[in-house]
Amino acid sequence: MESNNITINGNTLTFEPGQTILQVAQKNDIDIPTLCHLKNTIPTTTCKICVVEIAGRTELIEACATAAADGMIILTQSLKVTKERRKNISRLLASGNHNCAIRGFDSQDWTSFQLGVLKDDGKEDLCPVWGDCELQDLAYRYQVKTLGLPLNGCKYETERANPFIIRDFSRCILCGRCVKACREIQVNNAIEFSNKGADAKIITKNDAALKDSDCVFCGECVQVCPVGALISDKSYRDKRFKDTQKIRTTCSYCGVGCQMDIFVQDNKIVKIDGADVDLPPNNASLCVKGRFGYEFVASSERLTQPLIKKEGKQVPVSWKEALDYTAQKLSEIKKNTGPDSIGVLTSARVTNEDNYIANKFARAVLKTNNIDHCARL
Amino acid sequence: MTNTIADIEDSDMILITGSNTTENHPVLSSFAKRAVLKGKKLYLIDPRKVKISEHAEKWLRPFPGTDIAWINGMMHIIIKEGLENKEFIENRTENFEALKETVEKYTPEYVGKITGINAQDLHEVARAFAKAPAATILYCMGITQHTCGTDNVKSLANLSMLCGQLGKPGGGVNPLRGQNNVQGACDMGGLPNVFTAYRPVNNDDARIGFEKAWNVEGMSAAPGLPVTEMVQKAYEGELKSLYVIGENPLVSDPDLNHARKALANLEFLVIQDIFETETTKIADVVFPAFCFAEKDGTFTNSERRVQRVRKAVQAPEEAKEDWEILCEIATRMGYRMSYSGSNEIFKEISALTPSYKGITWERIEKKGIHWPCPDETHAGTPILHTAQFTRGLGFFHAIDHTPPAELPDENYPYILTTGRILYHYHTGTMTMKTDGLNILSPECFVEISAADAKQLGLDSGSMVKVSSRRGKIEAKLKVSSKAVDGTIFIPFHFAKAAANELTNAKLDPTAKIPEFKVCAIKIEPVTA
Ligand code: SF4
Ligand code: SF4
Ligand code: SF4
Repeated sequence: MESNNITINGNTLTFEPGQTILQVAQKNDIDIPTLCHLKNTIPTTTCKICVVEIAGRTELIEACATAAADGMIILTQSLKVTKERRKNISRLLASGNHNCAIRGFDSQDWTSFQLGVLKDDGKEDLCPVWGDCELQDLAYRYQVKTLGLPLNGCKYETERANPFIIRDFSRCILCGRCVKACREIQVNNAIEFSNKGADAKIITKNDAALKDSDCVFCGECVQVCPVGALISDKSYRDKRFKDTQKIRTTCSYCGVGCQMDIFVQDNKIVKIDGADVDLPPNNASLCVKGRFGYEFVASSERLTQPLIKKEGKQVPVSWKEALDYTAQKLSEIKKNTGPDSIGVLTSARVTNEDNYIANKFARAVLKTNNIDHCARL
Repeated sequence: MTNTIADIEDSDMILITGSNTTENHPVLSSFAKRAVLKGKKLYLIDPRKVKISEHAEKWLRPFPGTDIAWINGMMHIIIKEGLENKEFIENRTENFEALKETVEKYTPEYVGKITGINAQDLHEVARAFAKAPAATILYCMGITQHTCGTDNVKSLANLSMLCGQLGKPGGGVNPLRGQNNVQGACDMGGLPNVFTAYRPVNNDDARIGFEKAWNVEGMSAAPGLPVTEMVQKAYEGELKSLYVIGENPLVSDPDLNHARKALANLEFLVIQDIFETETTKIADVVFPAFCFAEKDGTFTNSERRVQRVRKAVQAPEEAKEDWEILCEIATRMGYRMSYSGSNEIFKEISALTPSYKGITWERIEKKGIHWPCPDETHAGTPILHTAQFTRGLGFFHAIDHTPPAELPDENYPYILTTGRILYHYHTGTMTMKTDGLNILSPECFVEISAADAKQLGLDSGSMVKVSSRRGKIEAKLKVSSKAVDGTIFIPFHFAKAAANELTNAKLDPTAKIPEFKVCAIKIEPVTA
């Protein structure tokens, strides 16, 4: 029988034909860093961070785009690999305006590096995603410094001409994840690579602003961008993205029921991301409503007090008064004109638990079957 | 849905009808679009050339309200060409002969006259559907919101059964639920005729079972009124009180003029909601409630997957949970209802709902489960009807085409169809509180074809008055390639120009769904 075994860092692992080295490694919890790989899409091999060494080959190869073959002996952390990764990380850092101070840090510990950056925080030009950037993480991990290299100025102006997504190509590392997210995951086909060598850029049709393009603001590209080139406007407008809690829940708009992670700061939602890429039903995707349509939660227009109409005008009252009054009126009507003179409209918006109680309330308390919801409308 | 969302990507042929999938179910539409990337075929049959058409092999355009005709036409072709799944028909269905007889007269020529679809296209779709190893049907309100909505759905089921496309991966008849928890509201007995898990209120065993469990006597065995009839009874003065939980019927109901009078007629209107709406404004009592981000609980999605909802933020200080408000009132009315939290309610649901019996919050902590899930060792049921249908054999309903209740005439020459758009949701109470969504989609519009606009001598941006026999609104014209001559689309989200001022409240006799998708209107320029 044909065997399907490879050895990674001394561990013998089985694989399924067609799997890449990266997939085998990830399945076995072996970390191979990458900045351009995006699950369920075709590899672009632009970042060259996932390079590994294969016994018997002089060239390093990209783990994301190389199929595992029986008998392969792979090293993911050899000196040669580490050197190549450091070289590629500094190439990426030098390629744009990565001014989060990772370029110049000389401390060996993360905390004092962060404190250092904190000093610069609030300055207009400091990259807004520091602390939440995959390139920064890797630069720190591989101790890459680029202070000697010239800071690459901003070739393109930052685009803020839409309410949700900021595009700052001075920080784009041309990894291509956004293009794959847009074309292969969401299939909205709004953006692509422009093929102009040193001036390569991610563009919409005719390089129009997002708001004038086919973009539907699903935000999938923002979610996958490893750096600060694509960011959600609202999330970064006020505060740096830190000290947040993350809560997994279900989207409350349409019946797809996307799983999402809500990020909360001081009892306020600051960002919503799609949940895990392996979790159904949405595999980390969201649409514009689910991702960006959360401002209503903290709206100042929320109802905050029970109201009773008195002499034709609604006035705020205590809970006790409103509940007593409602119970009394409903009992009266039930007695005078019968249970079936009352109806309940429950809702396709509220939880199963709420709906169940509404159903029990109508049938067991009011004793009517006049209960329905507006789903058909 | 009989099948799962993920299943769509593995389908060989996807037939979408009456659904503006990319705008109403965006993430689900990606599964269909990815299937196309993998070389699978997608066909769209819809009165509007909606965006998903860009990914379709072909777009077929029926006149609004003629769905039964083209479905029967497809079945006619399939039977004529011997492409039906004889084994499936033999083993899993009954009443095939009656169906065969009915569709006999739906020749492609006859269907073409009714629907405007050309014979060659109909042949192509029929063959593709019948021959695909797995073909799925995705549909939405464009199928159900008609006076013949129930028959439309049955016809789609006929088509799927005829080709043996039900009960297998990549197949099925899949209604896409518009609102997040439509499925759950129905499962939980939020319907006039059934308890949880669709057990009829007039079934003595079911009712007596609930009386015992709930410790009450004398529950009604008579099916109650659906929402549309409640509104009518309120209008007539027979319904005195309405208790509304998180709905805004004064934008979402058909024929708003009539609905407004009906609700004004009520003696006592109570509403629980998170915002002031057109409806709360006229209520006698308004209770402030929690929104989804403040609640613990569950929603059940379109594919019957029961999923957790978790509290992320604190609710406004004075608000209360929807269920809690109801419990407080029940207790004051002499029936004690009290729960320590929604998990306790869910346990009661599981105990009394066979299809949810095996589901616990612990089991769905990471990943939701598809009902039916009869016990705690059961993994759930992603695909329905794999071995048999709920009633045993699948029944072919022989159905004839019936025209919509109101068709255009000299006075009202256009057909109006209504629906949602990407950036807003339902009556907009939530989405219109997000500035960005308002910027991208600030106001109502009247979508019209270029030719119709030209004939009116108007262009995009012109203010027009749109009227039907029931009401009128004003909004800006928007010339769009999605529109087809003679058919106008208006989104119903906007209270200021509510499309439902115009719509027809005429109901489907079985499902009691109003005919939102077809009514007759006229368009006139507004002179400033
Ligand atoms: S927001 Fe969505 S549609 Fe727009 S570019 Fe990003 S991925 Fe594409
Ligand atoms: S915008 Fe972000 S995701 Fe897109 S190519 Fe640039 S760095 Fe990569
Ligand atoms: S994120 Fe969009 S597609 Fe997903 S459930 Fe919410 S509204 Fe539906």
